[in-house]
Amino acid sequence: MSAAGRVPDARWRPAELVFWAAAVAVYFVFPHHLVLASQILITGLFALSLDLILGYAGIVSLGHAAMFGSGAYAAGLLAHHGWGEPVSGLLAGGAAGAALAFATSFVALRGGDLTRLMVTLGIGLMAYEVANQAASITGGVDGLSDVAMGKLLGLFAFDLGGRTAYVYSLAVLFAVFCLSRRIVNSPFGLSLRGIRDRSARMPALGAPVSLRLTAVYTVAGGIAGIAGALLAQTTQFVGLETLGFSRSADLLIMLVLGGAGWLYGGMVGAAAFLVAQDLLSGMNPVYWQFWLGLLLVLAVFFVPGGIVGTLAGAQLRRLEARR
Amino acid sequence: MPGSLPGVLFDGVAYGSLLFLISVGLSVTMGLMNFINLAHGAFAMAGGYVCAVAMNRLGIPFVATLPLAFLAGAVAGGILESLLYRRLYRRSPLDQVLFSLGLTLMSVAAATWVFGPGSQPVHLPDFLLGQVRVAGVDLGAYRLFLVAVVSLIALALIASLRMTKAGARIRASVDDAQAAAGLGIDVGRVFALTFTLGSALSALGGALSIDVFGLDPTFPLKYLVYFLLVVVVGGSGSIAGSLLASMVLGVLDVVGKYYVPQIGAFVIYGLMIALLLLSPGGLRRMAR
Repeated sequence: MSAAGRVPDARWRPAELVFWAAAVAVYFVFPHHLVLASQILITGLFALSLDLILGYAGIVSLGHAAMFGSGAYAAGLLAHHGWGEPVSGLLAGGAAGAALAFATSFVALRGGDLTRLMVTLGIGLMAYEVANQAASITGGVDGLSDVAMGKLLGLFAFDLGGRTAYVYSLAVLFAVFCLSRRIVNSPFGLSLRGIRDRSARMPALGAPVSLRLTAVYTVAGGIAGIAGALLAQTTQFVGLETLGFSRSADLLIMLVLGGAGWLYGGMVGAAAFLVAQDLLSGMNPVYWQFWLGLLLVLAVFFVPGGIVGTLAGAQLRRLEARR
Repeated sequence: MPGSLPGVLFDGVAYGSLLFLISVGLSVTMGLMNFINLAHGAFAMAGGYVCAVAMNRLGIPFVATLPLAFLAGAVAGGILESLLYRRLYRRSPLDQVLFSLGLTLMSVAAATWVFGPGSQPVHLPDFLLGQVRVAGVDLGAYRLFLVAVVSLIALALIASLRMTKAGARIRASVDDAQAAAGLGIDVGRVFALTFTLGSALSALGGALSIDVFGLDPTFPLKYLVYFLLVVVVGGSGSIAGSLLASMVLGVLDVVGKYYVPQIGAFVIYGLMIALLLLSPGGLRRMAR
């Protein structure tokens, strides 16, 4: 059973409550690993934004880091020049990501899969080059440091242990997740799935295909921008690699290994990816890359739905059998 | 680095001919099977390493290593096609992208593990070193050699595609695989054959390119954009289109990097996006 056969059902399932309870529990169970845990939440948020366009609308993108990086630089530059208030910086990051996504959607969404892949790749590479060349503004390869953050809501300072960062990231992730959940379960979200599965027939149902795609691409860009801003604020640094090709490629890998088209897949994939990378970081990074590549090849052949897709598929089959 | 405009242009042509040699297989297999193969550069890298190892460790002269690289590419391409690629022709583009990305990551890691992260040296024979004066312009001997070799290969490819029976089968399969199969053409074998030949040419290109592009384990990712560019700009499935696209890209890239280094990278990416939007089928479609 694939995601394609489901009818939207906005009720919260028990497994979802367990997931969020676990995310809260991490704060108390792993107090010394909150920096990594915040990275996972931020990357999960980034993967959620890719899931909206890839898992639901079927847009394959190899340049999603452009939106992430523009959000990171927007929030980072604001704080760098003295505006350290976190929530407004976050919104500015989201606005930057959404603006870039909207502006590029007219070129990125035309043509078939290969054209989209190449154009998004080109946009990502150009964004990287822009940040690299504008070193007087972005700090170039040295990155943007001196990102001084104010207290969150005027009450909580960002600490070295990452406690504030974790709670902040989790709150933002949950809020954006609820919004995304609302979007994909709405008639708009259903029309996106229709476009993904049979884009030629959707105009016959009266769905304005390119308008819908532009809308979801912009929303996803905004979420990616928020994720980038979160990273800039919690690490108080913005590097060029926020825009790099490998960030886009790794993101795609996480989402697909986790399972695209379920909203949770990206977060599960990000957690699995970053925890594995952290555990194996004692090893030569080259080996990590090798096993990652092998995992990807095997997943394409044997686990096409990813982790969440396989689990959900098994559960659906159990329910069918019970009927 | 030659300072005059003709010298820079010639450098661009040499650069373009390497791009053509490496990318032509990718273009034809994409046209045949609509397979998005991000791992194509890995075959070029494999050819480069065969050449480097044969030359530096076994002491085989450079020119004699080239057929070895070609053969190694053919063997690797043939085996991978029959074991893995063949199973994914009907899968979604996303699956193909992920599979070939995984293969690329593995090849990069394997090359680092076996050969180390540094770049490989190449020792060209004496007759390929230095400059040759042609019509008042100093040209690098090796670049002349490159252009000559690639011209011969391009001519042979175009001629055999136009005039031989195997070439007719390939053209029929590119135009319409279903109809070609209906006429009794074994399309699966045509796929396997072109994939093998494309990998072999790519490996040869990888061996020839060590002196120009350099060879280190990040090769397949570093030049991936250029190979894909040749395909999308030239239009997949077209040899003449790939040749034209390679030359345009090679000349523009070299000229751009030489005269306007600050915006050199933008020239290429901007050109790609503009061309994709103006003519999704590539230059070939535009010419029609």
